Amino acid sequence: MWQALRQELHPKGFELVTVGLDALGADGCRPFIEAAQPQHPSLIDAHHVLAEAFGVTNIPQSIWIDEQGMIVRPAETAPAPPQPGGRPPRVDMPSETPQRFKDIMTEAAKITQNAEAYHAALRDWVEKGAASRFALSPEQVIARSRPRNADVALGHAHFELACELERRGHHEAAVQHFREAHRLVPDSWTFRRQAWSLEQVVDGPLARFWQGPSPDHPEDWPYEGDWLKDIRREGAENYNDPWQP
Amino acid sequence: MLLNDLTVDRASFEAGTGWQLKPEGACKGEVCVPLKADPGDPIDVPALAAQMGLPLVAEAAHSLWALGPESIGGRALTTAEAPDLVLPDLNGQAFRLSSLKGQKVLVYAWAPY
Repeated sequence: MWQALRQELHPKGFELVTVGLDALGADGCRPFIEAAQPQHPSLIDAHHVLAEAFGVTNIPQSIWIDEQGMIVRPAETAPAPPQPGGRPPRVDMPSETPQRFKDIMTEAAKITQNAEAYHAALRDWVEKGAASRFALSPEQVIARSRPRNADVALGHAHFELACELERRGHHEAAVQHFREAHRLVPDSWTFRRQAWSLEQVVDGPLARFWQGPSPDHPEDWPYEGDWLKDIRREGAENYNDPWQP
Repeated sequence: MLLNDLTVDRASFEAGTGWQLKPEGACKGEVCVPLKADPGDPIDVPALAAQMGLPLVAEAAHSLWALGPESIGGRALTTAEAPDLVLPDLNGQAFRLSSLKGQKVLVYAWAPY
């Protein structure tokens, strides 16, 4: 969907750069990128430098940058382009699907986003550039970027360290720094989901989406939160920040 | 920025933190943090980090440190000037974000989990 949009807008001087945030690096991202066969730059961010550099806290999020290299919209939710006919119909999951995945899908279906408004704004910017009312001034861009105090900055350092420890095979040490990052940056979903997705709880292709305790040994789960617990606490409708013009 | 040593050469510090060391201080975009003295080359990371308010976390058992970002402006962005990110593609080829200057760019963050 994004690729079709990129092909359409590319002749108008627009480029899409996709960045996969994963401590597993190319190994984690490869199947998705190879299936997509992107024509645009498709990069790997094993230490989440996008979090540090732009304030990315969730996925999918986007940053818009103009021809001069100035950010005109800071990190915000980037819904997939709206499809004719609206959302695809819900697919019934096979009866053997574990209850946790059914519950995750139920919560995920409640996540809200404003694809129409976002994409109308994107097209307006590509068409009009700086004259678009959706291209923000440098002052607005800075003011709208995520709040960052000394604790949040420290949390980013713990997170980067955790990703590197994970990459070097020091999982137990990584967990300690992921925990500190979660404590210091409690509003980052990517910091949590990244850490949760590295816990081997179930086998199979959906292993990285389990993101929570084992039903048999819940005491082994090393984190305060998990995907289902946190989204239920925070409310799926608050998962994405509301889109602001 | 990850460090295997608490001393790092000036160019690596600048590339890793996005802060340029100039006569007027450490600068990012239009923002400059005055420094007591020129930090020299190589850089004593703990001393400079303390002056700039950058957090430094150690994992001593693995001789590894992480230098975190600034928080002086209270926001994730200190300047609206896009940082010159360099990230690898699937084949390990480094790609420089600034190579796209002259086009409108949408940086899209996703994850396989």
